[in-house]
Amino acid sequence: MGTYIPHTKQDQIDMLTSISQTWDTLLSTIPSNVRLKRELNLPEGLSEFEVYHKMKAYASENVVFNTILRGAGAYDHYIPSVVRHLSAREEFVTAYTPYQSELSQGVLQSIFEFQSMMASLTGMDAANASVYDGATAAAEAIAMSYERGRRTILLSAALHPQTIEVIQTYTQELDVTIKMIDTVDGRTSIESMSKQLDESVCAVLISHPNYFGILEDVKGFRTAIIDSKVKYIVSVNPMTLGRLANPGSYGADIVVGEAQPFGLNLAFGGPYLGFMCTSDKYVRRLPGRIVGQTVDSQGKRAFTLTLQAREQHIRREKASSSICSNQAHCALTAAMYLGAIGPQGLKEVATQCANKAHALASKLESIGYTLTYKQPFFHEFVTTTPVNTALIEQTLADHSILSGLILDDHHMLWCVSETTSDDKLDEIVAILKEVHHG
Amino acid sequence: MNSVKEGYYYLSTHEWVKQESDTTFLVGISDFAQHALGDIVYVALPEVNDNVKQGERFCDVESVKAVSDVYSPVSGTITEINTSLEDSPELLNQDPYGVWIMKVEGSLDTSGLLDSAAYTLHLENEH
Amino acid sequence: MAKLIFELSSLGHQAVTFPPSHLPSVSFDEFENQGNIDLPEIAEIDLVRHYIGLSKMAHGVDTGFYPLGSCTMKYNPKLNEDVASLEGFAKIHPLQPLWSVQGNLKAMRHLQDALSEICGMDEFTLQPAAGAHGEFTGMLIIAAYHRQNNDLKRTKVIVPDAAHGTNPASAVMAGFDVVTVKSNACGGVDLDELRSLVDENTAALMLTNPNTLGLFDPNIKAIADLVHEAGGLLYYDGANLNAIMGLSRPGDMGFDVVHLNLHKTFSTPHGGGGPGSGPVGVKTHLIPYLPKGSYLKDLPTLESAPSLSIGRMRSFHGNFLTTMRALTYILFNGKGLKDVSMNAVLNANYMMHQLSDVYTVAYPQTCMHEFVLTLEKEKDQYNVSAKDLSKAMLDHNMHPPTMYFPQIVHEALMIEPNETESKATLDEAISLLKQLHQTMIDDPSYLQNAPYTTPVLRVDDVLAARVPILKYHKE
Repeated sequence: MGTYIPHTKQDQIDMLTSISQTWDTLLSTIPSNVRLKRELNLPEGLSEFEVYHKMKAYASENVVFNTILRGAGAYDHYIPSVVRHLSAREEFVTAYTPYQSELSQGVLQSIFEFQSMMASLTGMDAANASVYDGATAAAEAIAMSYERGRRTILLSAALHPQTIEVIQTYTQELDVTIKMIDTVDGRTSIESMSKQLDESVCAVLISHPNYFGILEDVKGFRTAIIDSKVKYIVSVNPMTLGRLANPGSYGADIVVGEAQPFGLNLAFGGPYLGFMCTSDKYVRRLPGRIVGQTVDSQGKRAFTLTLQAREQHIRREKASSSICSNQAHCALTAAMYLGAIGPQGLKEVATQCANKAHALASKLESIGYTLTYKQPFFHEFVTTTPVNTALIEQTLADHSILSGLILDDHHMLWCVSETTSDDKLDEIVAILKEVHHG
Repeated sequence: MNSVKEGYYYLSTHEWVKQESDTTFLVGISDFAQHALGDIVYVALPEVNDNVKQGERFCDVESVKAVSDVYSPVSGTITEINTSLEDSPELLNQDPYGVWIMKVEGSLDTSGLLDSAAYTLHLENEH
Repeated sequence: MAKLIFELSSLGHQAVTFPPSHLPSVSFDEFENQGNIDLPEIAEIDLVRHYIGLSKMAHGVDTGFYPLGSCTMKYNPKLNEDVASLEGFAKIHPLQPLWSVQGNLKAMRHLQDALSEICGMDEFTLQPAAGAHGEFTGMLIIAAYHRQNNDLKRTKVIVPDAAHGTNPASAVMAGFDVVTVKSNACGGVDLDELRSLVDENTAALMLTNPNTLGLFDPNIKAIADLVHEAGGLLYYDGANLNAIMGLSRPGDMGFDVVHLNLHKTFSTPHGGGGPGSGPVGVKTHLIPYLPKGSYLKDLPTLESAPSLSIGRMRSFHGNFLTTMRALTYILFNGKGLKDVSMNAVLNANYMMHQLSDVYTVAYPQTCMHEFVLTLEKEKDQYNVSAKDLSKAMLDHNMHPPTMYFPQIVHEALMIEPNETESKATLDEAISLLKQLHQTMIDDPSYLQNAPYTTPVLRVDDVLAARVPILKYHKE
């Protein structure tokens, strides 16, 4: 059995003696009526070797697919070696929130760089140091938008279903009304939004691309939201900004999203990386940690946690959010990823994702699948399938390919990334053709 | 330290009100308040045309490590806010009795307020 | 001072490239990005040196002693990291078919059962992403429970004045009004005041035990009974569970809901501020309210929700890799988790005892895993603050204790040594703190101007907040 306690028995005895205590007196502040009078019903501890193999046995019971055609909020991208190695540096991994600026400039600067990259990518004035994930980022953006007398939010029905659920959960005990904006042929309807815009509305939230991979009329929404008290919130997959116009350019007030595509493992759903960007006007409404640039006593550039009076440890029950962590290590990893691939690399990844997805879509069309929606899309799309989707999933799985996500018996949401080669796409279609005709 | 200005009325929560004309009043925070907060970094100003009520919160003031609600010593409608505080919140530290936060059109009920002598006594008793 | 990554950029550099693809190009017309993407362009070696440079300006548990009270900066075993990077965990899509993730489900069940045993609870959800997220989850569960019982007047949550700031903030996010209960002279909940606050409007009491002063509340049973008799529920903030594993269990104390911080008690790394993981445990009567996305008995899929679920707290199933690190730690320690807690208590009492001839302990009595010093006297006498003393520690490769928390102690320094520190390390820290105390008397200005050897000297926080610069601007 292993232990991470460095004391020898003799150390313990010496220490107890020097403070005139015994184990019994030391623990006597726990009253006997709540003292556990037995050992924990857990096995004895194990050696490192045994633990590793036990955990590896669990891991081995999962299926690691060679090819992944499933996205829906979690995206398979190549993670460069340099990112994996640098992010494992122990000084980053084992540090806490950088409360002591002078000792934590490395962590602070890495977060400042992350904020700068996200603000730049989204075309916004500022970003926070990150939140739990994309869905909670959307819920926190909603909480930023409330105004006196305005507590109605309009959500696109084409948001990720889990994002809608999280917003429902976050607002359920508050005096907030959620109204849905209908979709027409997979695209969020501006007309449906406009009909519901009234003086109670404080925010409109759409996703671009949306859950079905479809590009929304992001400029049209901006034009249609006339009332300056309504915040226009856009959720984006930041990888797509390698090709798509940034939300700042079309007038978004708050931009949120999931930055897992930037160098983070699929990891069965977490940890991921929610990001939030906004204009100067709303910076003080951002939740969570924010790093700012300042100077030290010698006038040298320095970084520090700032605008802390927004936060729970100062504002307590008046804080708009209780969040007190950020996904610092994930943010560090994402910044390393962007540093490693650079602007050209990001453009390349986005372009390959889009090209490959469109190629797969047309190949599937050639074997009897139809595109369910006739709309522009990025790297995800929905098909109506000629055979049962469960059969498609099973058949591709036999070839170590994770199919698109089953939406129902005859609809599947596909996603293609740069990790799937051109040739692989032909192979996939060949396999599916067999199912179809088999 | 902790000067008290004569001719002003105070709330026990350290705000002051000064009568400008029959129905116009200026509102700010006391020297004690700015000392207690330390370096003020931000003032979340209220909006013009908002109604305020005596004893009710109308804005908050932030320092690096604290945030404090500011209560109105007067009832009425806000006619002006001191927008210079948006860029220079430190003015409240520099000249607490010269720098006002808001101008209110309304009426003053001094029965719920402390005059400078009473406020001085309040500071001595409380702190 | 290190350059910013943007200042290293020079046109045309790119560390990592991608295999070519020869498919037809898609054009996005009016959606297309017309401008430049403003990201740094850097060669791989320069990227590496940049981040290694930054890592040298960071302080982790692996760098030096980190007695940051309440944050539990214990050693983060390397084994955890190896496990978390296993392909069979790291490369699994969260929406894979259930038959292909059986190992994950078994591991999650294993962890949930172990946490239930350690805490004396009946079931756990691994969904919440961090401690504060767990608190919010727990508060929503409590709100839903009272509503289900048609007990709609319970709008009040009682929180001690020494509580973490997240407690009141989480309660408000769940729609409650917060009422503060004072601490008594011994640092525990003031029973008389609690009695006067608890009534038919009480939804819950949120409590950390041992509390934020590092003290085990001797009246915990009476407190629990008081709240339960009034029809309220008890919420346990598990921030300090690391002091009591195998010694006492929140479930046995009477708590109905608990959250844990896996990044504290169960040794998962803090990563510079996250990711954490905040599993929530409940007694049987609250299982139906657990969030969607939890892995619960009798639910057909991971996407199902129990009958009265509060809904989904975040996407997918929680910070899965973090939970696997915690399971690794639990397997490694097994029953020995009790030794972990006992040694955490030993180290704290040892340090407190050794320091108490020089420093003032805020509540001088046997503590659990941490204790709080007050520098109120020193502040008056020498004009040296808790912050000044902390800054002076930075020159000695030692992270300072938590400053100014809990807020009920003036000039507080909260010290949590953790069980993974050796006697030699503790002795070194004790000796440094005593030496700095002497300096305080001899030459207070030395502390007032510290630190001297860090990459930057005393940082101007006021300027940062008055004139926020939150992103890089090209010169």
